[in-house]
Amino acid sequence: MMEEHVRVQGATGVDLTLRIAGPGNRSYAFIIDWHLRLLLAVAWLMLATLVFKLGMQFKSYDWLLSVLPALAIYFLYHPVIEVALRGRTPGLRIAGLRIVTRQGGTASAGALLIRNLFRIVDSMPAFYLVGLICCFVTANRVRIGDMAAGTLLVLEDGDAAKSLERVGAFAGHSPLSLDALELVDQLLERWDSLESPNRRAIAASLLERLEPAGTGSERAASSAAPGDAELRSRLSRLLRPGEAASR
Amino acid sequence: MADSQGTREWLTARAAAWRQLAQHIFALRNRNRATLTEALDAVESYSALARDLATARQLAPRSRTTTGLETLYAQMHALISRKPPLGRAGLVDLLRVRVPAAMRELRTTIFAIAVLMVVSAIAGWWLIEAYPELIGLFASNTMIEQVDQGHLWTEGMVNIMPSSVLSVQILTNNIVVSVFAFCSGILFGLGTFYLIALNGLLLGSAFAFVHQHGLAPALFKFIIAHGPVELSVICLAGAAGTAIGESLIRPDRGTRRDSFQACTHRVAPVLLVGAALLVGCGLIEGFISPNPSYGLPVRIMIGIAYWIFMLLLLSGKLFRPLAAPAPPQRS
Repeated sequence: MMEEHVRVQGATGVDLTLRIAGPGNRSYAFIIDWHLRLLLAVAWLMLATLVFKLGMQFKSYDWLLSVLPALAIYFLYHPVIEVALRGRTPGLRIAGLRIVTRQGGTASAGALLIRNLFRIVDSMPAFYLVGLICCFVTANRVRIGDMAAGTLLVLEDGDAAKSLERVGAFAGHSPLSLDALELVDQLLERWDSLESPNRRAIAASLLERLEPAGTGSERAASSAAPGDAELRSRLSRLLRPGEAASR
Repeated sequence: MADSQGTREWLTARAAAWRQLAQHIFALRNRNRATLTEALDAVESYSALARDLATARQLAPRSRTTTGLETLYAQMHALISRKPPLGRAGLVDLLRVRVPAAMRELRTTIFAIAVLMVVSAIAGWWLIEAYPELIGLFASNTMIEQVDQGHLWTEGMVNIMPSSVLSVQILTNNIVVSVFAFCSGILFGLGTFYLIALNGLLLGSAFAFVHQHGLAPALFKFIIAHGPVELSVICLAGAAGTAIGESLIRPDRGTRRDSFQACTHRVAPVLLVGAALLVGCGLIEGFISPNPSYGLPVRIMIGIAYWIFMLLLLSGKLFRPLAAPAPPQRS
């Protein structure tokens, strides 16, 4: 599915782009939250049962005192956590999502409560089927609760925001173009998650194109197949040539 | 492609500001309040960030730097457009302005829904009077057996479980019914009509059945303390649901979606207050209604007083600002 964007007028006149979360991202966040609330509810249930069993008297209605709060935890998890954390449940955080208004602002407590009220409809007949179908067929991939509340679920690229700092710092030292700088930075960032042959091939290809003339060929002469550590260090030196000279 | 020395210099010059801004956003997002200086700083940073983003879009439109700036800008936008948390002022505004306004808007619909409930109750009564065997459609076998033996199913409720647990069970059930009546309005109001009619039918048939066994006064005694507000709130939720249905049938905004959203935001406060009132009903139904030590006059008084309280609350009269003292007149 193509990634969708919504452009919203910013207060300064410069538009802001919101990346809409699709059904997959939504489901991922929901499943994390569902596990969390289930765990919390079950934990309460076990704790309460233990306390009542340890107590001197075990009354017939004690099970209600265990079950009712557990049900409250399970059913009120979303409204309470969303309002308290301003539209960012743990599941949404892990999935890199955020609830915003259609204008890109922080959703108010009222909007979040309305959004959760309509879960009753979205979760029908089972497994959030209505909500899921709505996400597939509506503009901006929203469920009925979002339509009622006027909210959107958007993606937040936290990694890109973090890379801003690094690229900014490297730009002062490196002679590389911005595109090349970002490419090397991304490769180094993902170095450990890539398979060794793949990262070596990408690194070699990048170094061949980006290393100053002479440096690469000299190294090639000295070592026919550079190792992972050497490639990584040469890439790092591309970003911080000053440091390499000082070393 | 942004290869120029100028781009790098710009990046270097602005990088420190972005780093600071990212930390600032992180700190402010995790707090409920900000000082005036922090708020002004945030607005200033927002403008600077907008300029940087516009520059980045021009210099390197598909770069990660631009994506990073887009993210920061979106976060900052959300931050500066954040509404204050619902404090005392927000609550007073809700009860003094928004709920009464919604009630005025829903006046006719509330009346129509109440009529639907009454008509359904009469229909239920008639149905059981004419065909007593149909009570099996509306009541469980246990309830029927108890009434056949001359006892209401409400008798001895407090002996089975404590009043507090009973209250919680009852108020949860009532709130769920109200939420269903509200949300099912999305089916162009038909879902709400069905729920209200069904509740009316149940009420009428139950009264007709107990009347046949001479227990109608006992059932009346049981429900009079909590029933008026409980039924009124269900009608209010039904009216709010009908308004949602109407907003979809006859949108008053650009699109059905806009109309639905606007209507939901206008009428939802009524449901919120209704839910709070149902908590009171649950407490009455758990502690007072099943308790035989409360006589009928006391129950009637509680029912009427709570109903008047509901009217005052929904009309905003409970929270009307006190009139300013008149200036002293010169003789």
